[in-house]
Amino acid sequence: MFSLENITNSIQHWLYSTFNPTMALIMECVIVMFLVIGLFATLGLVLVLMERKVAARMQIRLGPNRVGPQGILQTTADTLKLMMKEGLTPNGADKFLFNLAPFIVMIAAMLILAPIAFAKGFQIWDINIGVLYVTAVSSVSVIGILMAGWASNNKYSLLGAMRSGAQIVSYELSAGFSIISIVVLSGSLQVSEIIASQQTGWWLFRGHIPAIIAFVIFIIAVTAETNRAPFDLAEAESELTAGFHTEYSGMKFALFFLAEYINIFIVCAIGATLFLGGWMPLHIGNWEGFNRIMDYIPSSVWFLGKTFFLIFLIMWFRWTFPRLRVDQLLSLEWKYLLPISMFNLLLITLIAIMGWHF
Amino acid sequence: MFIKQYISDVYHTVASLLKGMRTTGSYFVRPKEIITQQYPDNRAQMKLPERFRGEVVMEHDDNNEHACTGCTACELACPNATIKIVTKFDITPEGKKKKALDTFVYHLELCTMCNLCVEACPTSAIKMAQTFEHSVYDRSQLLKKLNKPGSKLRAGVE
Repeated sequence: MFSLENITNSIQHWLYSTFNPTMALIMECVIVMFLVIGLFATLGLVLVLMERKVAARMQIRLGPNRVGPQGILQTTADTLKLMMKEGLTPNGADKFLFNLAPFIVMIAAMLILAPIAFAKGFQIWDINIGVLYVTAVSSVSVIGILMAGWASNNKYSLLGAMRSGAQIVSYELSAGFSIISIVVLSGSLQVSEIIASQQTGWWLFRGHIPAIIAFVIFIIAVTAETNRAPFDLAEAESELTAGFHTEYSGMKFALFFLAEYINIFIVCAIGATLFLGGWMPLHIGNWEGFNRIMDYIPSSVWFLGKTFFLIFLIMWFRWTFPRLRVDQLLSLEWKYLLPISMFNLLLITLIAIMGWHF
Repeated sequence: MFIKQYISDVYHTVASLLKGMRTTGSYFVRPKEIITQQYPDNRAQMKLPERFRGEVVMEHDDNNEHACTGCTACELACPNATIKIVTKFDITPEGKKKKALDTFVYHLELCTMCNLCVEACPTSAIKMAQTFEHSVYDRSQLLKKLNKPGSKLRAGVE
């Protein structure tokens, strides 16, 4: 049966039997680096195309359909165009910070990828505080956004960056509470153990209604954290032209654009890991036959399917809801999401202590 | 009661959000409703909506007769002087002078297709046509005379 775990194991075995351990480790790092960069490039192309197609279908349009069959080469052509454009730095900008900012955003996105389990035994770094690591590192990207807004020397950019800062500081709380509620249920911060704890069923179903509420709050909060509509006040093309990346062009703009989509993928992957069991197939209690059939579908397919389902959900939000005002955004978080998620966490703790979950 | 109000607020918000998502979701699963026309490709079988406004035309029947009395209501209704009515005086069989249309001058290059002239017309002499491929190499070709040469007022139209 096809399994990514076997491939990685055989590669590792071959490397360690051919080279000395230090050399093998360095070569593994290089392979992982190329895989991550390759994944980023593919994801950028696929997600942008998917977004445009989904948007078109929801607005009764056709979407890109000229470049390549059914328009599947459209984003490749766009990337080529962006690479050939001049990366302009404005005169009054803080040159060092201005050029550094897109890389900060990108590196933050790359770092979060480390503890994500893509398939059974296919994980870059199974750190024992995986979920904590993810929540900590995801805050770094706001520094990149603030840096971009400040260094651009443009009032719109600065406004966008400040809005983004206020937004991420607020919504991280309720996202954190939803993540904690799953940590409480599974009793571990390690990604592989959280997935293993969902062997008999996903937490979304096993945790009764409080888990569903936590899931909904998580989805709302991460939509806000990735600065996507209806929470795209940091960009708000109709008010702030493009917010923090108004002054960026060419490949530096492409990095911001790519980072946005990578962040969507990452938060959806984390959501899938916590609530939908990551690569774990759909298991229902003690139905041996059903579970056996579900196990035949490769774990990578399960993971990607769940992640792309969540990505579709977030795209669905974007093309349905209008943008919130800043005061509405903050009142939604502080008056609704935060109290609800605190109360919800209390309920989940009660469920976990009393062992009421399935 | 505050808590009751709070819970009903949350409930109504979620319900209205789900309603919106149902609309877009139903469009997503029904691709047959896509209204995009792939214009240069489907030029032959293109379907334009009924109310599409391409240019002002004057209707002529088989006897080369139109319904325009030259009342200049359309000229007065036009917000940007697209229409200029030139009138003449016909001599009726009884020997009376009667005002009639000489030339209906229409500047397509100034027209915004607002439909006010068609609405103002008391005799429904003009209407909006569906043609829209108006590009020409010289602006003077966009100045049109809408009444055909030799045409006259249809009998019975006042």
